[in-house]
Amino acid sequence: MAAKTFPVEASHILMFARSVGDENVVYTDAEAAKATEAGGIIAPPTFVQASAQFDPNYGLRPKIGQPWFGSGKNPTGAVRSGGGGGGGGGGGGLHAEQHYEYHQPLRAGDVLTATTTPGKTWEKEGRRSGKLVFSESVTEYRNQKGELVVTARGVGVRTERPVEQKTEA
Amino acid sequence: MPLKASQLKVGDVHTARLVDDLTRTQIVQYAGASGDYNPLHTDEIFTTKVAGYPSVFAHGMLTMGMTGKMLTDYVGDARLTKYGVRFTSQVFPGDTLDATATVKSVENGVAEFDVKTVNQNGVEVLSGYAAARVDP
Repeated sequence: MAAKTFPVEASHILMFARSVGDENVVYTDAEAAKATEAGGIIAPPTFVQASAQFDPNYGLRPKIGQPWFGSGKNPTGAVRSGGGGGGGGGGGGLHAEQHYEYHQPLRAGDVLTATTTPGKTWEKEGRRSGKLVFSESVTEYRNQKGELVVTARGVGVRTERPVEQKTEA
Repeated sequence: MPLKASQLKVGDVHTARLVDDLTRTQIVQYAGASGDYNPLHTDEIFTTKVAGYPSVFAHGMLTMGMTGKMLTDYVGDARLTKYGVRFTSQVFPGDTLDATATVKSVENGVAEFDVKTVNQNGVEVLSGYAAARVDP
């Protein structure tokens, strides 16, 4: 994720918390949140993933006036040029791993700056999807005071073919 | 309420149902909130006809987010210090998910957990770990 600035807003936290089925008052109710240990609205543990909203070049959001690879008149609107990987299942890839370290609570009102560095790349032969190419990226999220809030490490994987499904444990 | 180290034992298990019959609409909700509009998650025509999957499937991060609720309900708000997962199988509309945190260690005010989420067939969809600050 290469969001330059990521303003963390209470209404965005509310929408995000609802989408993961979590209506904890510490995410959804400013008054009630004041009475909790957190002392106000905070973001849920995976919220920084939504920094994609503020990444001008994020490939998995339709851009006005540009072809989109999802369906319209036809099953697909564009031939994709690849890209993605790392931080969250980029174009053609899937999200293999995600790791977070929390240095302090992320609060409504914080303005984050994200710095992403590419990590390792490796290959593996997969039983259910052919050759797998993994790539890692590490993103540091700092607040308006320059303090580290969250470190995120994402691993994306590109598969040779669609993943076959496991139906039994 | 935050956990107390004095009341935790290695091997303690906490379980929660994350979702019963996951809907396409919830996946759409997550796409909108997170900003990840990959059509694999919301566009059945693209996903079946072009990508070759049996249907749309959930963002791994939706499963991680829902599993995060199990953790924060258990350890308390703003208590997590680490949380990481591998996505081990895909999650499809109609799935019912249950998540488990198992206490691995309790030392120096920090508890560590193994984390796992399974679907209605007992297939593991997410496997990981978490650490949280706990009270004495």
